[in-house]
Amino acid sequence: MEHYLNIFIKTIFIENMALSFFLGMCTFLAVSKKVSTAIGLGVAVVVVLGLAVPANQIIYQAILAPGALDSVLGITDPKESIDLSFLNFITFIGVIAALVQILEMILDKYFPALYQALGIFLPLITVNCAIFGAVSFMVAKNLTLGESVVYGVGSGVGWMLAIVLMAGLREKMKYSDIPDGLKGLGITFITAGLMAFGFLSFGGISL
Amino acid sequence: MSSDTKKVLFGPIVDNNPIALQVLGVCSALAVTSSMTNAVVMTIAVMVVTAFSSMFISIIRNQIPSSVRIIVQMTIIASLVIVVDQVLKAFSYALSQELSVYIGLIITNCIVMGRAEAFAMKEKPLVSFLDGIGNGLGYGAVLIVVAFFRELFAFGTIFDFEVLPLIQNGGWYQGNGLLVLPFSSFFVIGLIIWAVRQWKPEQVEKD
Repeated sequence: MEHYLNIFIKTIFIENMALSFFLGMCTFLAVSKKVSTAIGLGVAVVVVLGLAVPANQIIYQAILAPGALDSVLGITDPKESIDLSFLNFITFIGVIAALVQILEMILDKYFPALYQALGIFLPLITVNCAIFGAVSFMVAKNLTLGESVVYGVGSGVGWMLAIVLMAGLREKMKYSDIPDGLKGLGITFITAGLMAFGFLSFGGISL
Repeated sequence: MSSDTKKVLFGPIVDNNPIALQVLGVCSALAVTSSMTNAVVMTIAVMVVTAFSSMFISIIRNQIPSSVRIIVQMTIIASLVIVVDQVLKAFSYALSQELSVYIGLIITNCIVMGRAEAFAMKEKPLVSFLDGIGNGLGYGAVLIVVAFFRELFAFGTIFDFEVLPLIQNGGWYQGNGLLVLPFSSFFVIGLIIWAVRQWKPEQVEKD
């Protein structure tokens, strides 16, 4: 239990998807103008990450990992062992796209109110690099199924925290006097830099 | 070279830069700019993928049914990224370890997808290929400028070649510790955007 809690805290604060690895930056910068939309997008990212990381973990370990198909096909000679790991990127992106579509249909049928609220964000999430990045990290870190669930949800919550904080800051910033050339994108970059600076201090937590 | 070709090829570098103006492909721009070598390799990788994916999509643009075009584009892009990843792993393993998940993230780099959707679906193969190269260069220009400042002022080197001798090595230059940290690229990009918009005031955002 403690091990899972450690992974959870670590993915939210120390290895924050947005501010430590700069993943999902395009949407992070583009959709952080209002707190309410930022929360909507954040929730959608948490849900998709929580499903996509474990789903890809199962597929990777059962089919793509070196030697995973050997027992199914009855291969005993290590020379003929099947290694499909080169198909990783194409499989992951397919799984993520399919998952988002299915999620969209389920929400539309059973939770129309939630679908209305998240509607526009869901398709965008397919190309959000935070999802793809978390899946790639899952493979690189060789997580188990349980760990991957915690990792997925944790990184989603971390990303949501970052974008909601950013939106809060930008709402206040409307009243500031910013030089013309820095307005909009420029000042957002600098603010994000200062936020990442702040998050760096979490690096001192030992887990 | 006709003026149209020139516009397609060099327009994205300053006038319509994908990072500074269209807010596309920011994730990798922040993470891989710690040294000039990384930035140049990443630029070449993105340029190859954008150019060839635009060309292939443009060749089959009249055969793609519009309802499944996103999946078709994704598959072409993912296959090209796998090729780039495998080539890099085969010929420069250390570099591919350093760039880690960011090579895979070219798939979700919105520049590639954006050019496929906005340009290659309408234009002829050759001009799409050039547009891909141009956007790859525009992306690379920002990456290389950021990497130039970071590597020069943090380590006193350019392409690992000593320019400002560090105090540790008996020289006179004290390296800037802030620029070693990945998030310093937020500040550098913010300042670049400011500089570009001072030079070209028509890019300034209205509130």
